[in-house]
Amino acid sequence: MQIIVNGKQVPLTDQVRTIRDLLDSYQLMEKIVVVEQNGTIIERSLYENQTIADGDRIEIVHFVGGG
Amino acid sequence: MDVLKIGAYEFRSRLLLGTGKFADLDTQGKAVEVSGAEILTFAVRRLNLENPHEPHFLERLDLKRFTLLPNTAGAYTAEEAVRIARLAKASGLCDMIKVEVIGDQRTLLPDPIGTLEASRILVEEGFTVLTYTNDDPILARRLQEVGVHAVMPGASPIGSGQGIINENNLRFIIEEAKVPIIVDAGIGSPADCAKAMELGADGVLLNTAVALADDPVLMAEAMKLGVEAGRKGFLAGRIPKKRYASASSPTEGMIE
Repeated sequence: MQIIVNGKQVPLTDQVRTIRDLLDSYQLMEKIVVVEQNGTIIERSLYENQTIADGDRIEIVHFVGGG
Repeated sequence: MDVLKIGAYEFRSRLLLGTGKFADLDTQGKAVEVSGAEILTFAVRRLNLENPHEPHFLERLDLKRFTLLPNTAGAYTAEEAVRIARLAKASGLCDMIKVEVIGDQRTLLPDPIGTLEASRILVEEGFTVLTYTNDDPILARRLQEVGVHAVMPGASPIGSGQGIINENNLRFIIEEAKVPIIVDAGIGSPADCAKAMELGADGVLLNTAVALADDPVLMAEAMKLGVEAGRKGFLAGRIPKKRYASASSPTEGMIE
């Protein structure tokens, strides 16, 4: 399965089925990040059950320094 | 107590500090500390997935002491700004948003139409909206009509350090304001802060003037003092300017 994360093609292993799995694969569950899947923001409480499909466009964003 | 009220929030500091362009996190931490700022701006960006664990300023902050003001920087349309604002709010850290819809890459001046539209939508969605705008009194009025919680006119182009270019427009905006007016962008020196506050602004938001100063920590303190001096000067009520001299010492009782 191929998805696009932050604008880049990412091949997924069979173990990565949900948003939770994806964040775990980057070790991001403890970080303050926000996830958008195909233009829809995914609430933190839904990560566990929110499945990922082939071709999904996912954005993982956070706060950076800015004025 | 001289309190700055923005929406449901109350602050004692009238200096809002941006968090961009600092050379390192230690300098930034010290600058934030001495500035006395209670509101800090941030931008929303993609996480760098090649290095997702690089040190992060937010992780050092005591979030009970600071209110985060994420911005919609990078947006060139109302739709983009609304999208960024929703992402920022979904962090669960804040409901404040600095609306910033840019109309031109070279000057970074705001697009007034997109700015007004994004502000209207975000007010409706329940955000506490602080809008970065041109120093246009009519646009400031329109923004207040759609319910923004603060209007933030630029002093001069973002990061230019030119200070207040159009004092007259700022004065017009301040005179009829029903929400706090925060002078945002273009501040170069503590004198600019003092000037803005003396004109009756409710606060000043700046970033580059501190972050890129030779000594950012010392400049952060200077800006804090500039804002405080200007505010006190405004509250105290300055004397009118006169064309000719008026002696400070008694003119009676001269020794002959």
